[in-house]
Amino acid sequence: MTLQPSASPLSAGLPETPVTVPAEPQAPLPAARSPTALALRRGLHHGGFMIGAVILGVIVLAALAAPLIAPHDPYAQDVSRRLIPPIWNAKGSWDHVLGTDKLGRDYLSRLIYGSQISLLIGIAAACISGLIGTVLGICAGYFGGKVDALVSYVVTTRLAMPVVLVAFAMASLVGGSLKVVVLVLGLLLWDRFAVVTRAATRQIRDQDFVAAARAAGFSNARILFQEILPNIFNALIVVATLEMAHAILLEAALSFLGLGVQPPLPSWGLMIAEGKPYMFFQPWVITIPGVALLVLVLAINLLGDGLRDVTAPEGRR
Amino acid sequence: MSEPVIRIRNLTLALPKGADRPNAVEDLSLDLMPGKILCVVGESGSGKSMSAYALTGLLPRALTPMGGRIEFEGRDLLALGERDWRSLRGRRIAMVFQEPMTALNPVMRIGDQIAEMFEAHGLLTKPERKAKAIALAAEVGLPDPAQIVRAYPHQLSGGQRQRAMIAMALALEPSILVADEPTTALDVTTQAQILKLIRDLQRRRGMSVLFITHDFGVVADIADHVAVLQRGKLVESGSAADVLRNPQHPYTKALLAAVPSIVPPERESREGAPIALSAIGLTKTYTSRRGLFGPPRIVHAVKEVAFDVRRGETLGLVGESGSGKSTTARLAIRLIDPDRGTIRLGALDYTALGGNRLRSERKRIQMIFQDPFASLNPRRTVEQIIIAGPIAHGIPAREARARARELLDLVGLSPSAAERYPNAFSGGQRQRIGIARALAMEPDVLVADEAVSALDVSVQAQVLDLLEDLKQRLNLAMLFITHDLRVAAKICDRIAVMHRGEIVEQRRTADLFRQPEHPYTRDLLSAVPGLQRDVACRETWPEGPAPAGFYFRQASIQELTGSTT
Repeated sequence: MTLQPSASPLSAGLPETPVTVPAEPQAPLPAARSPTALALRRGLHHGGFMIGAVILGVIVLAALAAPLIAPHDPYAQDVSRRLIPPIWNAKGSWDHVLGTDKLGRDYLSRLIYGSQISLLIGIAAACISGLIGTVLGICAGYFGGKVDALVSYVVTTRLAMPVVLVAFAMASLVGGSLKVVVLVLGLLLWDRFAVVTRAATRQIRDQDFVAAARAAGFSNARILFQEILPNIFNALIVVATLEMAHAILLEAALSFLGLGVQPPLPSWGLMIAEGKPYMFFQPWVITIPGVALLVLVLAINLLGDGLRDVTAPEGRR
Repeated sequence: MSEPVIRIRNLTLALPKGADRPNAVEDLSLDLMPGKILCVVGESGSGKSMSAYALTGLLPRALTPMGGRIEFEGRDLLALGERDWRSLRGRRIAMVFQEPMTALNPVMRIGDQIAEMFEAHGLLTKPERKAKAIALAAEVGLPDPAQIVRAYPHQLSGGQRQRAMIAMALALEPSILVADEPTTALDVTTQAQILKLIRDLQRRRGMSVLFITHDFGVVADIADHVAVLQRGKLVESGSAADVLRNPQHPYTKALLAAVPSIVPPERESREGAPIALSAIGLTKTYTSRRGLFGPPRIVHAVKEVAFDVRRGETLGLVGESGSGKSTTARLAIRLIDPDRGTIRLGALDYTALGGNRLRSERKRIQMIFQDPFASLNPRRTVEQIIIAGPIAHGIPAREARARARELLDLVGLSPSAAERYPNAFSGGQRQRIGIARALAMEPDVLVADEAVSALDVSVQAQVLDLLEDLKQRLNLAMLFITHDLRVAAKICDRIAVMHRGEIVEQRRTADLFRQPEHPYTRDLLSAVPGLQRDVACRETWPEGPAPAGFYFRQASIQELTGSTT
């Protein structure tokens, strides 16, 4: 291939002959695979990652398809059919596979709709806190100096506040609702994002490709978005899963204490709270939402751990 | 001829599945003769380190011996259990590692680490161990042994740390010393001292040494016998003189030919060409404080450095680690700002720029980095990496993409590389991508910071040829930073020698090599490994007097080998 004679100063001094440079003996290149694709391939062979992904996938599907698969209206009360035991009990019926609660609402339907609440809160809180924490952390890590000192001070301040206590206080002051829970959790759980982003950014910042980007005259914004953010994304995803699980558990705790999601919304924490008086004689009313909560949080954590494992050796060989 | 102390027969070490070849080492047979130094040479990935690990029973778990024997004192080392190994390692077979900083325990005093060798084998009493540690420190030439055994590793220089490592290895008077690239992490003058130390100790104690290295210069200085490995297979072995002077295998020949000669080719002067980059009185000082109220520590990283680089000219900045050459490079492209001094790009005062003006002028001076693995963003395709710069400077994406393909072709990569991520490329190929990225900005000046130091010699030669070729075609000015005088001799028109932040000598390459004036330049020149071979190959040199380094060196070579070449 010859270079175009007039295209650029680069080609100005070039002879007409094809450019020949002694090339290294090239091994046949493997198919072009992005680091993300490679990590996902590794993920397919990672037990924990797959188990977590499958369980989480099922729960997400159930939440999305709730109106289609829920056998009953989760709000429809029928006092004549209250506290029917689930199917594995001798008195259970196929009409209510997981039984009914104290107001005669179908437990399976409430469980399915409850997954919407849990996932919504987990994802929304992780997004809000992720945004706050990442912006703070990436600025602190990249600019260093005074910015770093300021951000570190804010992080320390935040770490000095007991999350659960502050969340309870806020929710009881403002009054519990879905919106309040999401906001309170989102505004409280960003510390780990900030700490992890800051450390990861500091590592990437000293790499030569960032120096190359600066030498090419990139603006700081471009360097942050193009060079640094994609490289800390793995770490962010792992933290996001942890915080999601954290937020889901906190929501359950808040709702259990009556400070979170308000009835009649079918939150799992609320279901446990409402079942409290019956736990000795109708234990399923608290074990069923309890197990659901456990499985969801476990799945998210398995997925997070798996992601950490499969993305760690990335890029470098 | 006496019996070999170690006899490796048909050794095959299997790599885990999914590696680029089935075996790390295949059907390897070697003899280590008593009282001799056997150098195992090869490029990265040739399996040379693995053969050393097999000899010390330290093979990584992922590698399984598939066959063969390693005979030592009538036993097969591959069949030994961990218990037997423990009594053998350190006592009969000792090892010196490449990186003395990580191989020493940072929280333990040097003397304690040496004494620990005796302790681990339950030898001697405490006071005896202490005395022995001091004696060993003295034997390996550590200054003020009684005091230095109380120092921690970070308080020693690189060379002193390596001496301490050697003292540990020698503590139990092993009959075999395995040294895995023991001088690779060291400066060239330190390297020369450590090589001499190993040679002396080997003589004095009659040890056998298995010396792993990638550097034919080192081989020429130290080896009695040489074994050349290529991708896990032994391609040639024999006495050092035979292999170095009459290599038989084409791979050995190619490797030897790729070692740059210390004799610089004659180059035309670029006097009169326009000056592309000039530095005037560059100074950069770092101040750090010990504690809150401690006295400030001032480090003059770069002091009053001045040079000019003309279009079409390569200026070499040569020096050892800490000499300020990399800082100078970073000052030149304004990754860091000087305390004082000026950098001019042609007529432009580059140091006076700031903000957007600086960003838009940055394209005129571009850098090629040392580490081909850290210098490319792993998350972006090669094309994205190359076009990002031009696009940031307002070139339409389509045009930039077309030019990226031309550039890939120019640096010797196929245009299909554009779609791939850096993880698909070898070190040399990545370095070519880095060069394409720099050229995409159409710079006047290229700064190459140790651009070939991380590469194997054969790849190194190719990248050097490419740089030379591009410089001439594009009439670039090049600032070439290197610690390797052979590389400098090959590529530089002029050389500036840096020592402790200052340029001590700056002359045309051929003049500098023939008549070095500054004592430090002479030290550097005489420490270049493998001069002996250049002396031996004297007949094949081009006309003209030999570089002065040889004459300084010849005396020490004779001292080293005890013979005249």
